[in-house]
Amino acid sequence: MLAYILRRLALMLVTLLGISVIIFVLLRIVPGNIVDILFAAAGYVDPADKVNLERELGLDQPIVWQYGHWIFGLLHGDLGYSYVSEKPALDEILPRIPITARLAGLALVFSAAIGIPAGVISAVRQGTRLDYVLRVVSLSGLSLPPFWLGLLILMASVKLFGTMPIFNPNPTTWTETIAMYGIPALAVGFRSAALVMRITRSSMLEILRQDYIRTARAKGASEAVVNYHHALKNAMLPVITVLGIEAAFLIGGLIVTETVFNIPGVARFLVEAIRWRDYPIVQNLVMLIAVIVVLTNFAVDLLYAALDPRIRFTD
Amino acid sequence: MDAINYDTELRRAGAYSTHGWRRFLFLAQRNLLGTAGLLIMVMFVLAAGLADVICRFDPLAVDAAHALAAPNALHWMGTDSFGRDVFSRIIHGARISLAVGIGSTALGAVIGVIIGLVSGYLSGWIDLLFQRIVDILQALPLLVLALVMTAALGPSLPNTIIAIAIPLIPSVARVIRANTLALRELSFVEAAQSIGMSEMRVALRHVLPNTLAPLIVLATAQLGSAILTEASLSFLGLGIPEPYPSWGRMLSESAAEYVRTAPWLVIFPGIAISLAVFGTNLLGDALRDILDPRQRG
Repeated sequence: MLAYILRRLALMLVTLLGISVIIFVLLRIVPGNIVDILFAAAGYVDPADKVNLERELGLDQPIVWQYGHWIFGLLHGDLGYSYVSEKPALDEILPRIPITARLAGLALVFSAAIGIPAGVISAVRQGTRLDYVLRVVSLSGLSLPPFWLGLLILMASVKLFGTMPIFNPNPTTWTETIAMYGIPALAVGFRSAALVMRITRSSMLEILRQDYIRTARAKGASEAVVNYHHALKNAMLPVITVLGIEAAFLIGGLIVTETVFNIPGVARFLVEAIRWRDYPIVQNLVMLIAVIVVLTNFAVDLLYAALDPRIRFTD
Repeated sequence: MDAINYDTELRRAGAYSTHGWRRFLFLAQRNLLGTAGLLIMVMFVLAAGLADVICRFDPLAVDAAHALAAPNALHWMGTDSFGRDVFSRIIHGARISLAVGIGSTALGAVIGVIIGLVSGYLSGWIDLLFQRIVDILQALPLLVLALVMTAALGPSLPNTIIAIAIPLIPSVARVIRANTLALRELSFVEAAQSIGMSEMRVALRHVLPNTLAPLIVLATAQLGSAILTEASLSFLGLGIPEPYPSWGRMLSESAAEYVRTAPWLVIFPGIAISLAVFGTNLLGDALRDILDPRQRG
């Protein structure tokens, strides 16, 4: 077990190092850096100023030096300075994290609260009209672009209340807080709920076909006991994996949803930084996302072993 | 009354046809949702192919006199802020969407198959290296990697295809590698090797065709997410550049401000994206049930 954990940790470091190299190189093969953009916007400026600015930002150094400088700083908790705001990247990123984390957390709660019961109902009532309706709804959940769902919600809010929810960092009432976070979270979580439902359904169906379920029925257990006591517990394992992976991958939906609802979280910040070629922000944010994904995968694997005593890491 | 002869009944329904039209009809009758998906996809392909015939307006023609017109008999889905016909833009947008969707799925599949086949067949340090690359690509969500790729490559149609294809590689490579590893141990592969076939020939002629079913299932699922990702990238202004009519970009132009004043600019492109992805998802589910019954849910 310990050997397995150590091996996984080592592989995680290799993966993260690989990502850092790829992101760094990708961002620097772009023709035109921030200095070009700034100067193009300002019209004609003295070329000497341009050289000075590039030197100040370290852009005149070889790419390997720039990479080493970044990694060295990362290990010391120094993420560099944002090109746009000229503030430390850490100060720009940190305050935005809780907003996105709250949205992601709420979206996960929604997806489990809606997806698991819907999946169980669909499996228990397999082949009925209700099952068909739920399956089509879940497929449509996987098909609706989250940003369009967001726009539709905005449209409905204009129709119903004559106004659009505007993000307020310090909500005063609890209803405002719910509207602020709950509505965008629902727009993001709908897709994950659909995914969770599909996995719950197929996992439940597979379990319900097994011998021990027939045994439970044979000894006279009621439908409810069979479904919820015997089947559901074992059917939850793949669902937990999907929820874990979704937790890390929610960022994709959050990127567009934060843009639609104008929420100042990290996800929207990433898009803005990419538009501005604000390298220090982009590379650190992408690394942050990669760390979250890799750690979540690891945590899910460990949790899986903890929940299912049949799984033992011997490697 | 005669006893029911199940064999004749099944034969009449076409259950024993292994190929051709009868087989297709048999499967289509048993997968109504999949047939619906196929019909939706055929509709989009026809719209893309016949866009010039279907549309009465040039999707790029600006007509300031009729800007922001609500849907009417002439402009079925209204016009945008430049007076361009929304219906024509959506029909022509099917070309962009399908080009990016099919292009990136195919590109991702080809690279993924090569990596998976080489990795699973040769094993050793090449396998180890490829597995690490796959790990790295898989540690970033699809949209994040595609965003960084488009930022690096610049916005254009071919670059958007590449940017979406790269994140699709890992899952293809994994599926093909796992299948190759399993197939390599089977006796027909051993037989092929023992009669002196070259490794390359065994891999291409005997292993690859047997991985096709899971590949088709996976590629159909990826087609939907590729279309969705293109829409998201264009919505964020980093995908297909102007003046191409991309569904995602139509929504980004019409976002927020037009939610109040011109809802048709928000509703119709969104329906087009959702319907296209819905079609691929329905078709993908049906193909999975037919080609890979073990995964049936």
